[in-house]
Amino acid sequence: MAGLVLKDIRKSYGAVDVLHGIDLEIAQGEFVVFVGPSGCGKSTLLRMIAGLEEISSGDLTIGGQRVNEVPPSRRGIAMVFQSYALYPHMTVYDNMAFGMRIAKESKTEIDRRVRAAADILQLTPYLERLPKALSGGQRQRVAIGRAICRDPKVFLFDEPLSNLDAALRVATRIEIAKLNETMPDTTMIYVTHDQVEAMTLADRIVVLSAGHIEQVGAPLELYERPANLFVARFIGSPAMNIIPAKIEQGGATTVITLAGGKSVTLDIATDTALAGEAASFGVRPEDLSLADEGEDYLFEGEIVIVEQLGEVTLLYIGGLVENEPIIAKIPGIADVQKGQKMRFTAPRRKLHLFDKTGLSLLK
Amino acid sequence: MDMALRLRRIGLPRLIVHISVLVIVLLWLLPTLGIMVSSLRDKNQLAVSGWWTALSTSTRTEAVRLGTGGAPVQEGGLYVMTGNVLTEASGKTITAFGTRIQEPAAHKIGEPLDLGDGETLKLSADGSYRYEKNAPFDAARGKRIYLTLTTPPEFTFDNYRTVVNAEGIGRSFINSLTVTIPATIIPILIAAFAAYALAWMQFPGRTLIIAMVVGLIVVPLQMSLIPLLRMYNEIGLLFGVPSKTYAGIWLAHTAFGMPLAIFLLRNYIVGLPREIIESARVDGASDFEIFVKIVLPLSFPALASFAIFQFLWVWNDLLIAMVFLGTAKDQLVLTGSLNALLGSRGGNWEILTASAFITILVPLIVFFSLQRYLVRGLLAGSVKGG
Amino acid sequence: MTGQIVSAIGVMIVGVLACIAYFYLSNKLLDLVFPVPDGNVEAASKGLRRRAIVRPWLFLGPAVLLLTVYLVYPVIATFILSFYNRTGEDFVGFSNYQWALQDRDFRQSIFNNILWLAVVPAACTFFGLVIAVLTDRIWWGNIAKSLVFMPMAISFVGASVIWKFIYDYRANGETQIGILNAVVQFFGGNPEVWIAMPFWNNFFLMAILIWIQTGFAMVILSAALRGIPEETIEAAVIDGANGWQIFWKIMVPQIWGTIAVVWTTITILVLKIFDIVLTMTNGQWNTMVLANLMFDWMFRGGGDSGRSAAIAVIIMIAVLPIMVWNIRRASREAEGH
Repeated sequence: MAGLVLKDIRKSYGAVDVLHGIDLEIAQGEFVVFVGPSGCGKSTLLRMIAGLEEISSGDLTIGGQRVNEVPPSRRGIAMVFQSYALYPHMTVYDNMAFGMRIAKESKTEIDRRVRAAADILQLTPYLERLPKALSGGQRQRVAIGRAICRDPKVFLFDEPLSNLDAALRVATRIEIAKLNETMPDTTMIYVTHDQVEAMTLADRIVVLSAGHIEQVGAPLELYERPANLFVARFIGSPAMNIIPAKIEQGGATTVITLAGGKSVTLDIATDTALAGEAASFGVRPEDLSLADEGEDYLFEGEIVIVEQLGEVTLLYIGGLVENEPIIAKIPGIADVQKGQKMRFTAPRRKLHLFDKTGLSLLK
Repeated sequence: MDMALRLRRIGLPRLIVHISVLVIVLLWLLPTLGIMVSSLRDKNQLAVSGWWTALSTSTRTEAVRLGTGGAPVQEGGLYVMTGNVLTEASGKTITAFGTRIQEPAAHKIGEPLDLGDGETLKLSADGSYRYEKNAPFDAARGKRIYLTLTTPPEFTFDNYRTVVNAEGIGRSFINSLTVTIPATIIPILIAAFAAYALAWMQFPGRTLIIAMVVGLIVVPLQMSLIPLLRMYNEIGLLFGVPSKTYAGIWLAHTAFGMPLAIFLLRNYIVGLPREIIESARVDGASDFEIFVKIVLPLSFPALASFAIFQFLWVWNDLLIAMVFLGTAKDQLVLTGSLNALLGSRGGNWEILTASAFITILVPLIVFFSLQRYLVRGLLAGSVKGG
Repeated sequence: MTGQIVSAIGVMIVGVLACIAYFYLSNKLLDLVFPVPDGNVEAASKGLRRRAIVRPWLFLGPAVLLLTVYLVYPVIATFILSFYNRTGEDFVGFSNYQWALQDRDFRQSIFNNILWLAVVPAACTFFGLVIAVLTDRIWWGNIAKSLVFMPMAISFVGASVIWKFIYDYRANGETQIGILNAVVQFFGGNPEVWIAMPFWNNFFLMAILIWIQTGFAMVILSAALRGIPEETIEAAVIDGANGWQIFWKIMVPQIWGTIAVVWTTITILVLKIFDIVLTMTNGQWNTMVLANLMFDWMFRGGGDSGRSAAIAVIIMIAVLPIMVWNIRRASREAEGH
């Protein structure tokens, strides 16, 4: 079993603690994405798994073997760097063969594996070229090819798409997804700050913030049932609207008052002792729709900005939350003018409630 | 922490690195350290012992005679003679003595020695002695004994005093300053203007001039000396002035330093953000104003780098000084003086080491205080990829 | 003495003021000659254009003048002089060069120069590289580098005194004050007059230049090493390469260009250098090199400009390939502007 187990992993640089007690179990063959804002520690965590950074305390196990003290080349990992890290003075072939040559594999074996990898990534016509004669996307594929040639148990990706332009990013993302399918027994750990990559590639997503794990789960699970305010706002674009509220009454259903005075009933069971407590109400922009005449609504507000994108209309509603407009994402071209006062509603099962510490009250 | 544990923490490979670098640094420091220590030593010590022993006391053998008797003092049947064998208060101490020259350290000090014939001698470390005999002293000359002496290390500034006054190093120092300072400052101005023109102005022949400048950096000075010397002589004859003057050497150093100066400064000025210069142009500033008010202040690091380079180069130069300033004794610069001393005072290491150290003192001070700029100057245009 | 200092300061101030005055006045004059009147766009453009054509030459003028007089003209003149006799009056064709090829001192110098060229650049580059790599990994690396670099600030003459002291010779059995002989004697060997040893004395002289120039190589190579993307080294670590393999297969190939620059720069210095041989041996004991030989002939017997010019030209020819390479490199970069 070539899964990974991270037990209470911590990292400090001198007096500064960067990672605080990470516990994680990754099954073999899983595609796990570490995602989070800059500085959350995701790259550090990846580099610790690779062996490029020392683990301050805690245990890292790969394939059942504790590898804290094992050098990177012996951990059964391969890494794809953000800047590709190709050896600029070697041809594509030599770049991919380098690791095997160090390990003194036979020439025939090296050739077989290099050509096989080149074949998968359509690099065969470029084998004799130098990296500087390749485009960014091709270089990234060579970096992936080099990793494949190591025949690793765990594939590590450190923000591999950040240096590519938008169109190339989509194409390469699809290639990585296909790669994952061709290698079902290889575990893949992928670091990114882009939640689109996370949502599309991952079997499970690990959301990190300031050295802590905020939530681990399948993409849709994170989308539909975020465990706290941080995850709720991180996943989804534009971010979920958060409106301050007060819990009026707990129980099988909960009644809250939104800022602005409107009373809303939620299908969320809460402890009756929570009555009177402050809370945060959440609803995603894409779940909001314009309320018809006479229909029950969540809130009413003035449209401050209208952005017509063709496929959606973004409406910025002011007045409810101080300094922050509420955003509604209406499909198609909405016939709404700036300055109009409109009412908005959303399906009851799409409503979120977070307690005063930011934890979701959804069970 | 336990030494073994600490070593294991650092790791053996790392330890080897530390030690290797330490060995290398010591090797590199040793030569300079040698003359520095030597220049401060007493010249007699210098001539007989290696400078690495300078801090330890040196041991010598000396022969002295005890007194002849004079007015012997009688103490209860014994004739006693006292005195001191060490004549100068030289800080020397006696560590042992002997009665035969082959064994100058046979006997301990402080303990009375039975010399036979009823004579006893007690010698102390500071040289005072007590000589007892049961009969009057009758030797015509004092008894001879052999002392093993230790002298503490002596350090002195005497060598420097000698060198600065008598050997003319002081004069040469002034000469070096006279040559170097103008030859550092004037090239900066001329080269800065030229560098700006080559960096940011458009005109035909620009690439050609840049190529010429790069090529000239490499031209050996030897190619310039003969015709220039003739030219100077001819000008001297024509105008009735001496051919070897400070003005001549200033111009020579300025010109010889020009290619590198223009190269270094141009590289830097070219790297300045284009937008700053363009926005100044849009604001209506002429090239002259742009240069003086914007480019020159921004180029300070490059100017400093070149200044240090040029300073060290001119201060340490020997060839150009010998050719353009001549070898008359009071016209010599420090390098020339040192060279002459090697010839005339080749064996007097106390003079050579002190002179050498004076020569290198100013460059070393400049180096250590402004190293950063020197390094940056070296790196300009030198770092290239594979 | 104070008179000298005062006059030196005076000249400096005058010189600097003169420079400033030249630049300022000439530019002002240009602006006067080509006015840029407000209102009349066409006349203004013409004025600006004219200024832009003349001004670069104002900026460049003094520099180009100095370069031409002190470098370009002499190079050509020396070249021509090499075809003339000792006083420069009679044309003698190639006879100076023919003489050189026969002259024993000249052949010895060529041999020695080849020795110097083979050993010194290689040694400096190699040691510089090794020290750069080693010092980058320890916390006191910068101090160490500083100390290795320090000899560069010392004049060649000063360095020669320092090393002459190291090489000092006393008779066998006596206390040695030169550290090299002291070490040799300590280990039971006989002290030698190092700078007079046949053939090997060249290497003892070379040691001086290596001592001085290794710091230069080290500083530049250290910067180049730091420019290597850290991730290529990390990738090699993951690929299983050890320190030695990483050094030779990943790091050195990526700084090849810089190594070439260091090598060629030191090569040129070796060809030009004259102070070390002059002060240590003055060419005796077969240590003569071309630069010293040339200097010798400049003044020997009243000076033989033909012969010394010929030697200078030969030094120049040795330097030529590097000069061409440098110019091509610089042109390729200047093209971006």
